[in-house]
Amino acid sequence: MRLKLVPQNTSFDFFSRWKLWLGISAFMMALAAGSFLYQGLNYGIDFRGGTTIRTESAQVVDVGVYRGALDPLELGDITITEIFDPTFGPDQNVAMLRIQAQEGEEAATASMVVEVEAALKGAVPDIQFVSVESVGPKVSGELIQTAVIAVVLAIGAVLVYIWLRFEWQFALGAVAALVHDVILTIGVFSELQIRFDLAIIAALLTIVGYSLNDTVVVFDRVRENLRKYKKTPLKDVLNISINETLSRTVMTSVTTLLALISLYVLGGDVIRGFVFAMIWGVIVGTYSSVFVASAILLYLGVKRDWTKPSNTAGNQYANIDA
Amino acid sequence: MLQIDTWKRVLIWLVVVAGLLMALPNAFYTRVEQSNDARAAIELGNDTPQMQVKAAQWPSWLPSGLVNLGLDLRGGAHLLAEVQVEDVYAARMDAMWPEIRDALRDERSTIGTIRRQDSAPGEIRVRISQPEGMTRALQVVRELATPIQTLAGPTGTDIEVSAQGSDIVVTLSEAEKLASDDRTVRQALEIIRRRIDEVGTREPTIQRQGAKRILIQVPGIGSASELKEIIGTTAQLTFNPVVSRTGDAESRVGPGEKLVPSLDEAGTFYIIESAPVVTGEELVDAQPAFDQNGRPAVNFRFNTTGARKFGDYTLENVGAPFAIVLDDEVISAPVIQSHIPGGSGIITGNFTVEESTNLAVLLRAGALPAGLEFLEERTIGPELGQDSIDAGKVATMVAFAAVLVFMALSYGLFGLFANVALIINIGLIFGLLSLIGATLTLPGIAGIVLTVGMAVDANVLIFERIREELKTAKGPARAIELGYEKALSAILDANITTFITAVILFAMGSGPVRGFAITLGLGILTSVFTAIFVTRLLVVIWFERRRPKMIEV
Repeated sequence: MRLKLVPQNTSFDFFSRWKLWLGISAFMMALAAGSFLYQGLNYGIDFRGGTTIRTESAQVVDVGVYRGALDPLELGDITITEIFDPTFGPDQNVAMLRIQAQEGEEAATASMVVEVEAALKGAVPDIQFVSVESVGPKVSGELIQTAVIAVVLAIGAVLVYIWLRFEWQFALGAVAALVHDVILTIGVFSELQIRFDLAIIAALLTIVGYSLNDTVVVFDRVRENLRKYKKTPLKDVLNISINETLSRTVMTSVTTLLALISLYVLGGDVIRGFVFAMIWGVIVGTYSSVFVASAILLYLGVKRDWTKPSNTAGNQYANIDA
Repeated sequence: MLQIDTWKRVLIWLVVVAGLLMALPNAFYTRVEQSNDARAAIELGNDTPQMQVKAAQWPSWLPSGLVNLGLDLRGGAHLLAEVQVEDVYAARMDAMWPEIRDALRDERSTIGTIRRQDSAPGEIRVRISQPEGMTRALQVVRELATPIQTLAGPTGTDIEVSAQGSDIVVTLSEAEKLASDDRTVRQALEIIRRRIDEVGTREPTIQRQGAKRILIQVPGIGSASELKEIIGTTAQLTFNPVVSRTGDAESRVGPGEKLVPSLDEAGTFYIIESAPVVTGEELVDAQPAFDQNGRPAVNFRFNTTGARKFGDYTLENVGAPFAIVLDDEVISAPVIQSHIPGGSGIITGNFTVEESTNLAVLLRAGALPAGLEFLEERTIGPELGQDSIDAGKVATMVAFAAVLVFMALSYGLFGLFANVALIINIGLIFGLLSLIGATLTLPGIAGIVLTVGMAVDANVLIFERIREELKTAKGPARAIELGYEKALSAILDANITTFITAVILFAMGSGPVRGFAITLGLGILTSVFTAIFVTRLLVVIWFERRRPKMIEV
């Protein structure tokens, strides 16, 4: 007996309310953008400079004690968060301190870190500093710039590639889906105030890659079916194509999610934010290849004169044999 | 039909075996690492029976390349330093001054007397008493310029000379500044490398980043501040003539002179001539030692030109004080007692033994050509790294098992084929990582886990396609063939687009992000390879043996 997540032959109508779906997506994007503009992202030190110190001690973390020890140093804005994780041992109490970039300093000076460490040692004798990271404001500004450029470049490169391999309508649809995924991910990060650092940019780009992967598979089938069913309306061709690839879409999303969820639960707190972004991205990316990319394709319409024989244009790789 | 040439089969298996062999050492990480270290030690002449035993832990005919663990997994210190390239301009111009002075003096009849004026660092400003002779003066100074040679041919000269009223202003040209910046950064890189090598830690990464930055990663070191003590000091040692000694920090100094504080007597300042007699560059050796009173000191020896300059100066200036200056602080200013011809000497000061040892190391490795500003400092404790490795291992195992079970449940026998390919796939990723000596970081592990999830995608595409083709009842062989054929364009398009993002991530990212891009990119390559070659081969071999009339995918 086979495990089947999707029945053999499906004929869901994905586009009966495609305008509604597009509307919902647009609304969600507006919501995400609003959250981003209203409360902004919780940038990590990679993007705004400053110092983070990760401490470990056998004693239970008392944020008040930590704060009391650091207050006399007058270091400005300090956030102290206790971190819980199923992978920690019983007497492993971890806290994360974030100290803002000090004025007039390029990188947090060693002397500041030494003072902080001494003050905390005074309050909690067995405290250990398992990691100390500081980034100067000069670098952090550049990191933001590089990150934005990377995301834009990735989307641009993809636009060009799909344009070359398909038609411009496909490229627009795919890119709209990507932008949708990126904006929604940023929105979730600003709404939940999860720390947004360099690794999250990597996650964003992976989401771009994954969402695209999904979209391209659907589009590939659409292209094939457009040749096969020359007289069928575009809406029906899209429906057929999505139903035909539905089983694969679900399978791949499930295997990827299985892997990511195990990483989320067991991979430790250091990369949890990163993995969360990817899980969210896989879900949103799967949704968007149907309800954004294909819906946009439907909206834009496609030139239907696929009169060329099928083994020249689309299947140019097909004659490779192993 | 379903046929694969024998040579192709052999080639596929060869690639798989080679990849797995290269991945093998990583399964015995500690053992191979010890063996590699021992071999390196034996190579350097440290050949003891103990080392031989350690080296023999791993047979030498097996590949021994390992995946490097990134700082976030191994623990260590990371620094991003910006070289203050402008520091060099002032020294360059100071060094030019005697030449300019001598050239202008020869023209005294047309330009009158000359006098150096105060000016911004990196600029020489000379006033001439007969401004009518300016044209001639400019011409004379311009003749001192040397053309800059680049690969593209000469691009101008190294200095720019202009007139402002009755002043001649000399600065470095833009082209020369660029060339000088490049030299400075390269020199700094070399010096940092030497200093870290002197301390002797394992596999440091010392890389240039962009025009002016240097990235330094040293695994296993306790903290970033420890690392900074070794590489952060300029260690610019000079011997300068002393003009006078003062207690006033605001003393006015003449042109070509500078005011520097004393290292160990607070409130004491020296006015010294900025052009040094001899510099640390002319040192050939420096060793920690003790002076006649048993206090820690540093012995040094000059090379021949240094020794000659030092000898000549001490001969002519017996009775005058002479400042030993380290990074713009006077360590000591002894009075020259007699001519010192041998070219060696001793630096005394209020050193601890540790300080004198460190100073000797720094002097031996050479001075940094310019100061460093640290833009990024990270220390990761080894415990945190170990925790991350452990968590990553468990997560990867679980992810792997979940996907294997899921695939077997969904596709039966074909799912097992895909699973074999997935295991080979992970092996190949590690093999490739070891081959190119890439660094595995925590996001890199995430990349592998993501690959585990996504690698099955290509197989899923193919299997789903075979299912569809089976419906049209063309017979199993034809269905399998068509399944592979028709899924190919989707597989390639989907993976090429993801690969594009991996490449961009690699090009733009740094550190951990780059580690992620590497595993993601390699994962795409290996998963496409395993899906369209390895599983296909497995399916074909199975099909040839069984010749089933019916297949279920």
